[in-house]
Amino acid sequence: MARDTVGHTILVAGVLCVVCSVIVSGLAVGLRAQQVENRLAEKQKNILLAAGTYDESKPVADQFGNIESKLVDLETGTFVEDGSIDTATYDQRKAAADPALSIEIAGDDDLAGIKRREKYAFIYVVKDDAGNIDQFVLPIYGKGLWSTLYGFIAVDDDIQTVNGLTFYEHKETPGLGGEVDNPKWKALWPGKQLFNDSGTLAIEVIKGQVTANTSNAQHKVDGLTGATITARGVGNTLQYWLGDNGFGPFLENFRTGALQNG
Amino acid sequence: MADKPKDVLLNPLFNENPIALQVLGICSALAVTTSLKPTLVMCIAVIFVIALSNTSVSLIRNQIPSSIRIIVQMTIIASLVIIVDQVLQAYAFEISKQLSVFVGLIITNCIVMGRAEAFAMKNAPAMSFLDGIGNGLGYSLILLVVGFVRELFGSGKLAGIEIFKTQTDGGWYLPNNMMLLSPSAFFIIGFFIWALRSWKPDQVEESN
Repeated sequence: MARDTVGHTILVAGVLCVVCSVIVSGLAVGLRAQQVENRLAEKQKNILLAAGTYDESKPVADQFGNIESKLVDLETGTFVEDGSIDTATYDQRKAAADPALSIEIAGDDDLAGIKRREKYAFIYVVKDDAGNIDQFVLPIYGKGLWSTLYGFIAVDDDIQTVNGLTFYEHKETPGLGGEVDNPKWKALWPGKQLFNDSGTLAIEVIKGQVTANTSNAQHKVDGLTGATITARGVGNTLQYWLGDNGFGPFLENFRTGALQNG
Repeated sequence: MADKPKDVLLNPLFNENPIALQVLGICSALAVTTSLKPTLVMCIAVIFVIALSNTSVSLIRNQIPSSIRIIVQMTIIASLVIIVDQVLQAYAFEISKQLSVFVGLIITNCIVMGRAEAFAMKNAPAMSFLDGIGNGLGYSLILLVVGFVRELFGSGKLAGIEIFKTQTDGGWYLPNNMMLLSPSAFFIIGFFIWALRSWKPDQVEESN
């Protein structure tokens, strides 16, 4: 048959590819603005969720009024305010892969399994209506079982109490590791204490449940059933980002008063 | 093969259900049915993809060289799935996050390609469209049944609305965690097939 000739086969394949790619790319370009907006709103919503101030009935952008984003130099723990980095265009996710804007993490220190991390990170300072600092929302990320989990942890201005934890992007197994999104699990976090009496970072995700008999329960959060590796990943991610190689210097500076005016 | 439009549309619901009789498309039936809302969106997405892929394949069926027909069908299906995925990401962001990878996996849903190859390659566009809708509905029927049972017994809710008050919220119902795991969908589909074949014994395969 004529349609089985080589020429016709190549013609059909070619025309089909062009038609399909025009439709797909046209649609992707046309919908991009809306998708970017969704992702930004999703990120802001998660910052609010972590801070525990999210109100479903109001637009996300309005609720973001009391929140100020600031760029922190992770190594020194100070705000970058000399204009050396343009905060409007600084893309934290890209910076983590850019040799000039990131550092390699030594194997033993790499608890979060991320290999490189950016030198500068955006933190979100939540202020009360009088303009005083209420809490900090810190971006964190680290490896779970299948994917890197991106999220936020909200730390009270005492640099000790967790106000909330949330993940806005991950590809863990729905129903198992994906339960990091479960509101019930997230509700276990507020009130947990980050550091123990000797000042060591003690927050951890345990295997099984925290019961009345668990010692030091104020530092411990229930594991996720059937998702040991994801839960361990979350614990390690916190250990890394709240430790000396992550936001440790910044938290220390704030605690000692060096950043009170931030 | 049925020839009347009504049969083409309705046969896949009970008589030739793609999941219950042909046991195709099981993977997504396991994956997305823990609650009704994402299940419903998944059903709409699959109906859209099957109906349009059947129509498009049927429209160009006389042009498709037989040597590359499978890849032609794949290309059409994949394009449609990307369209669905992009639209969901733009207009139903929450649901698209829940469905995550499974929207993309519609490409590998055997029902879609099965219908393109078995029906659309031999029939006119209008009939193929109906066949696509019918098979999509047959798939949806099972998914919704499975989603209904799993959400009700797994979390005591239906489409997010509380039906049984769970013990963790201070009620009486202890959720059955197995319902949230994939194997439970196997059992539910198994029971569904059992019920269907008791009702329509001609679907029972001959044992050797």
